[in-house]
Amino acid sequence: MIALLARDLALAVRAGGGFGLGLAFFLIVVTLVPFGVGPEGGVLARIAPGILWLGALLACLLSLDRIFALDYEDGSLDLLATAPIPLEGVVTIKAAAHWITTGLPLVAAAPVFGILLHLEGAGFFWLTASLALGTPALSVLGTFGAALTVGLKRGGLLLSLLVLPLYVPTLIFGAELVRRGVAGMETTTPLLMLAGITAATVALVPFASAAAIRVNLR
Amino acid sequence: MSEPPLVSVAGLAVARGGLAVLEGIDFVVSRGAALILRGPNGIGKTTLLRTLAGLQPPLAGTLSALPEAVAYAAHADGLKATLSVTENLRFWAAVYGTGSIDPALNAMNLSALRDRPAHSLSAGQKRRLGLARLLVTGRPVWVLDEPTVSLDAASVALFATAVRAHLAGGGAALIATHIDLGLHEARVLDLTPFRARPPEAGGIRGSFDEAFA
Amino acid sequence: MSIWEYANPKKFMQTSAWALPWVAGLTLVTLIGGLVWGFFFTPDDYKQGSTVKIIYIHVPAAMMAINVWAMMLVTSLIWLIRRHHVSALAAKAAAPVGMVMTLIALITGAIWGQPMWGTWWEWDPRLTSFLILFLFYLGYIALWGAIDNPDTAADLTGVLCLVGSVFAILSRYAVNFWNQGLHQGASLSLDKEENVADVFWYPLVVSITGFVLLFLALVLIRTRTEIRARRLQALETRERMA
Repeated sequence: MIALLARDLALAVRAGGGFGLGLAFFLIVVTLVPFGVGPEGGVLARIAPGILWLGALLACLLSLDRIFALDYEDGSLDLLATAPIPLEGVVTIKAAAHWITTGLPLVAAAPVFGILLHLEGAGFFWLTASLALGTPALSVLGTFGAALTVGLKRGGLLLSLLVLPLYVPTLIFGAELVRRGVAGMETTTPLLMLAGITAATVALVPFASAAAIRVNLR
Repeated sequence: MSEPPLVSVAGLAVARGGLAVLEGIDFVVSRGAALILRGPNGIGKTTLLRTLAGLQPPLAGTLSALPEAVAYAAHADGLKATLSVTENLRFWAAVYGTGSIDPALNAMNLSALRDRPAHSLSAGQKRRLGLARLLVTGRPVWVLDEPTVSLDAASVALFATAVRAHLAGGGAALIATHIDLGLHEARVLDLTPFRARPPEAGGIRGSFDEAFA
Repeated sequence: MSIWEYANPKKFMQTSAWALPWVAGLTLVTLIGGLVWGFFFTPDDYKQGSTVKIIYIHVPAAMMAINVWAMMLVTSLIWLIRRHHVSALAAKAAAPVGMVMTLIALITGAIWGQPMWGTWWEWDPRLTSFLILFLFYLGYIALWGAIDNPDTAADLTGVLCLVGSVFAILSRYAVNFWNQGLHQGASLSLDKEENVADVFWYPLVVSITGFVLLFLALVLIRTRTEIRARRLQALETRERMA
């Protein structure tokens, strides 16, 4: 399993843009927002938590269709399915590799983007915390969407349509956590909900993803 | 010879796209034996091999090959273009929990190419690397789908030698192929007589046909 | 005789052919009866005037929007566990009906909300939940449409329906947490039926029955169409292969 993770990370590094593209996309979103809503600091500070979460979500979405597509095309997925690793393990590792290449850089870079959007003091801590807690769920759910659409020629748009509604609870609690953190309100409820959703998603959704892969390979 | 055969198949029927393509297949493959599957294009050789590899369920019949015993090699080699020859092989060796990759490299005459990235290999070299993967799986039953595509005569001979060594070591092989591999000891099974009959003629129903039931 | 015998396509075709005229006839009677009764023979609400009468469409449609998804969940489970093709096709047949019901609930809600709240759209938890449910229907239908092999499509949409159901419920609670909203719950919802006066209540029950029967009739027709389409596809494939 570690070998698979190492291989996927090596592929992401060598293919170029594995780490960088998501971040660049995130930066572009954050840059475009003031053009859309105006440069006034107060407005930007108020919408910053939501924009940063939306940007993270879209950046995550960007690379989803590559999770299985390449392995499907070159036959590796068939071989992995017949290998001694359970398919549930394969999809979990795939989600982990996706998170390390997109989620983790976003978590690390989000505070910098927070400065661009005039995020207020306490927000930086809560932004990083909420993204660190929430983005694993985004990767796992994205893997599920990628597993459903792996056999399709043009699955990209469909993948977004399938995955985005599943992102709603994570987005709501994640952005709410930052908002409450900035306003100095009670944060326990959204924090626990976000952590709970991520934990349950990471524990259970890989079974659905593996089932979808099996059906698609049949 | 009280040991059970590695693969035994009885009354097997397989379906592709919801329609039965082959039915009534019986064979056993013991340790040290090879079975060559022949038949015209589209008869369902690939479907049969994928069923044996455990990638799809049989439509009917019994299949006693453990999926954990099978190493499957398809048309596509599953190589990563940006990884080198050794990295590609080491990955599979790690997945299967086997040791050194050097015997496999030597057997497929890849030692000179070991540090080349896979995208710089020719089609035949890629194919040899794909077949070397079988050697590092350490699994007894090789299920091979057209293994000799794009191999030259020397490489085919190399491949036949590797198969013979595998058989001599107590393994077994099921090979779908159109060309003569020079494996004269192998049994040949022509799949043409097993083509599934239409349900009206008493043939087995695919899931597609259940709408008529 | 087991209930599963109705999952046999031939048996289903026979039974549904017999049942369809009755269901369709009853649909006409109850739907027209309930709506006419509700629109023309009930008094205006003392606060909301005659706008309140939109509940005879809004409430049944909203109920069906949720119940159709629940029915799809049940039929998907039956398909995934027992592999009855009719069950999978019934889920496929029900989805567009459920989507239209959701759309009707959203549109009538907007029409009702305009005079009551002074705006066509409010990010109120219930409206928002229905919008999210609508998105789930869209994704489900799109996935059915994208996959050629019918068994693969049935399996994958079944898994999506399962996972989607969990996240739809989760979204409902998340949305509630996110915005408390101003949707009037009590007078509309069935679990607090004593809050609705009997004069409104009886025609509402009739039109809800009408919507249920309408759904049943549409699903029967559409499932029959799906089974026939499936037969056609099987014949064509066989022809190509022969």
